[in-house]
Amino acid sequence: MTHFLKAWILAIGLILTPAALSAQEALPEAPVVNPAAASELEAADVPAAAEAPASGLDPALYTPMKPTPGIGMPVDGGIDFQQQFSETGETAHWINNAILVPMMVGVSLLVLFLLFWVVFRFRRGANPEPSKTTHNTFIEIIWTVIPVLILVVIAVPSISLLARQFEPAPEEALTVKVTGYQWYWGYSYPDNGDFEVISNMLPADEAEARGEPYQLAADNRMVIPVGKPVKLLITAADVIHSFAIPSAWFKLDAVPGRINEKVLQIDREGVYYGQCSELCGARHGFMPITVEVLSEEKFNNWVRANGGTVKGEAEEPVVTEAAANDATSETAPADAAAATN
Amino acid sequence: MTTITADGHIDDHAHDADHKPAFFQRWFMSTNHKDIGTLYLIFAIVAGIIGGGISGLMRLELAEPGIQYLQAWASMSNGSEASMDQAYHLWNVLITAHGLIMVFFMVMPAMIGGFGNWFVPLMIGAPDMAFPRMNNVSFWLLVPALLLLLGSSFVPGGTGNGAGTGWTVYAPLSTSGSIGPAVDMAILSLHLAGASSILGAINFITTIFNMRAPGMTLHKMPLFVWSVLVTAFLLLLALPVLAAAITMLLTDRNFGTTFYDAAGGGDPVLYQHLFWFFGHPEVYIMILPGFGMVSHIISTFSRKPIFGYLGMAYAMVAIGVVGFVVWAHHMFTTGMSVNVKMYFTAATMVIAVPTGIKIFSWIATMWGGSMTFKTPMMWALGFIFMFTVGGVTGVVLANGGIDDNLHDTYYVVAHFHYVLSLGAVFSIFAGFYYWFPKMSGRMYNELLGQLHFWIFFIGVNILFFPQHFLGQQGMPRRYADYPEQFAYWNQISSLGYAVMLVGVLIFFVNIAYSMFAGRKAEGNYWGEGATTLEWTLSSPPPFHQFETLPQIK
Repeated sequence: MTHFLKAWILAIGLILTPAALSAQEALPEAPVVNPAAASELEAADVPAAAEAPASGLDPALYTPMKPTPGIGMPVDGGIDFQQQFSETGETAHWINNAILVPMMVGVSLLVLFLLFWVVFRFRRGANPEPSKTTHNTFIEIIWTVIPVLILVVIAVPSISLLARQFEPAPEEALTVKVTGYQWYWGYSYPDNGDFEVISNMLPADEAEARGEPYQLAADNRMVIPVGKPVKLLITAADVIHSFAIPSAWFKLDAVPGRINEKVLQIDREGVYYGQCSELCGARHGFMPITVEVLSEEKFNNWVRANGGTVKGEAEEPVVTEAAANDATSETAPADAAAATN
Repeated sequence: MTTITADGHIDDHAHDADHKPAFFQRWFMSTNHKDIGTLYLIFAIVAGIIGGGISGLMRLELAEPGIQYLQAWASMSNGSEASMDQAYHLWNVLITAHGLIMVFFMVMPAMIGGFGNWFVPLMIGAPDMAFPRMNNVSFWLLVPALLLLLGSSFVPGGTGNGAGTGWTVYAPLSTSGSIGPAVDMAILSLHLAGASSILGAINFITTIFNMRAPGMTLHKMPLFVWSVLVTAFLLLLALPVLAAAITMLLTDRNFGTTFYDAAGGGDPVLYQHLFWFFGHPEVYIMILPGFGMVSHIISTFSRKPIFGYLGMAYAMVAIGVVGFVVWAHHMFTTGMSVNVKMYFTAATMVIAVPTGIKIFSWIATMWGGSMTFKTPMMWALGFIFMFTVGGVTGVVLANGGIDDNLHDTYYVVAHFHYVLSLGAVFSIFAGFYYWFPKMSGRMYNELLGQLHFWIFFIGVNILFFPQHFLGQQGMPRRYADYPEQFAYWNQISSLGYAVMLVGVLIFFVNIAYSMFAGRKAEGNYWGEGATTLEWTLSSPPPFHQFETLPQIK
């Protein structure tokens, strides 16, 4: 016992002992905003802070939507998947709950029942003389073939789900480029003048003030139109991150040097949260994903509020003021110039 | 722990030719498979305490939302006030250390090094391993490996001290993302542990192929020996790939190569392919010897030969072979093409078939038997059920389309802890209680053993089952903090850890009790059900056994 205690204390000690020897390098503070945006920000900072709404965008064009409790986010003590708002998500959820869960429960209960049965029926008290049976070809074939059949039943819908998840986006689909940074997300809209939205986690007090869940809420959201396939191009600038939206059954890694493509379609207007899902360093747990899904019209207004151009519209000077007042989302220099023309 | 060492002296009795070397020579320059096996088991217990202690720290921090302890721990480790980022980095160091220690320094040394060394020669009727000195090298490579890994926690590794890359050491977080010597030390630690395992694997393969007693054909070989043989082949084929992968990590880090850096024509995903080409066979390396042990225990306590012996042996071979062609199911979200994803979905599901054969064959072994429920049998029964639960969630995760939502969530954590913490570890405890009297010469305490089983069983289920819920709700892995919505099940999970801890304490009390007060064990203390060759020897066996080789009819 004493040996055990000693070893236990030693073990904890090993982890905790101060290592004064190691000279700790000073930590560079992670950038709160994109450095490229910093100069733009400085100019707009004071007036924007004075009157801007939470989003920092022109309130006439866009005010951030309040999330619906329990939608697009985990629920207290929840045990099932989050409610799904995409077609493939609903299918996947159905496959899980209607095929996989019954399979799991069935197999586990069968094994449990068999264990209880042999324990009861073949305990020494009930069966003092053991049999010598070691083979039964028929039963061995049965327990090989039946699992194969069960797997086929699972594989058919599962493979067709995969095929649907990989259906390419239509030609005219909106493209959003998602970039993972240590430790925030950037969303740029190449079809809308290529402005980029930088998305940092909201601190606890601000999240609360906005009525959003802490660690899921971001200051600037990725906004997409409702009910339409959106082509996401996902990459990273430093290490691997992973872009995930549990309520849309969506997860794809952001790999530096690669561009991963996948279609995201969410069929209900609202706010949907996700979290980075690949270990990416110290603040891995603190770079949430917030997606706001809006009607086409509201989406276009949001684009305008960001100083972007709406697809199909002429390159007319839209909402100059909004672009100039734009506090937290930045505008690519070229577009800023175009917008102020 | 040292109590086991001391216990080696108990077997001083009765054997004329039983000349043992002096202490230092015996334990530090050993060429005796039993002594080396004992060293491995002590090592695994020490590593298990450290790795289990780390998981205790993690469950403590995760018990409530918010950061309660991390910053204080990081400050202790720094010797000065730590920033929040350093605290978060410490979290990543903890998860990395927990994973690496449990895989490389607890489960593998216990199963292959410990039980494999002890019982493969005994079961095949051999006097020792084929290469006794290499056997010693295998063990002693592990010690510096563990020290390097533990030492890495105290040198800079990027944001803070220690390697915070996860046990998978993915590039580029492990290359450009972790400046400082910590990750280099962790990589060298893996090199040493890998070399140790490769040497061990060569030793086992040679021993099993060349040193079986006259008459023991491959098809008469005990299933535990079969399991170690398959495991040794997996080690031999998988570990060089890991060695190559992490060597390229080292050169990327230190010598300007760009194997995993897209900017230089490399590819971060290449690392993942190489890692998981090793990593998936590795999970079977951790469970196959357990399969072997459980087979013997079920047979012994049912007083009945194993049902479908050949099916059991070749199911393990099949699992080993298929285990090499399913690796990319660990990478379903890296952006692979639809055809690749479909292939890996289908191939992965195939593994359920030989696994099912094993589960049902164990039940059929008990069917018609005359069962008693001593501690090892309880662990084996627990193993069968818990491994089934872990297996069915594995079938869910095998579906690439379903995995999109579950990948890198707590569902995965729950899954692999059900097959490892409740699978592999249950089988280790089963084997430990089964063979402890054989190794030490003293019986364990049955009441404490049963208490250990039931408390541990309840504890780990409370600990890991709620993590399925967290995963389905979307809680990602490797998070030091989480949104409030996840608080409920996290708290329950941490409570489960505390229950489990009580079980582990009883285990250590039991070891201590048995060492000093356990009743002396006779040669075959399990009676007629135990039929393999180790039961023909005394407990503990003589220092050198089978000087006259046994004949197998």
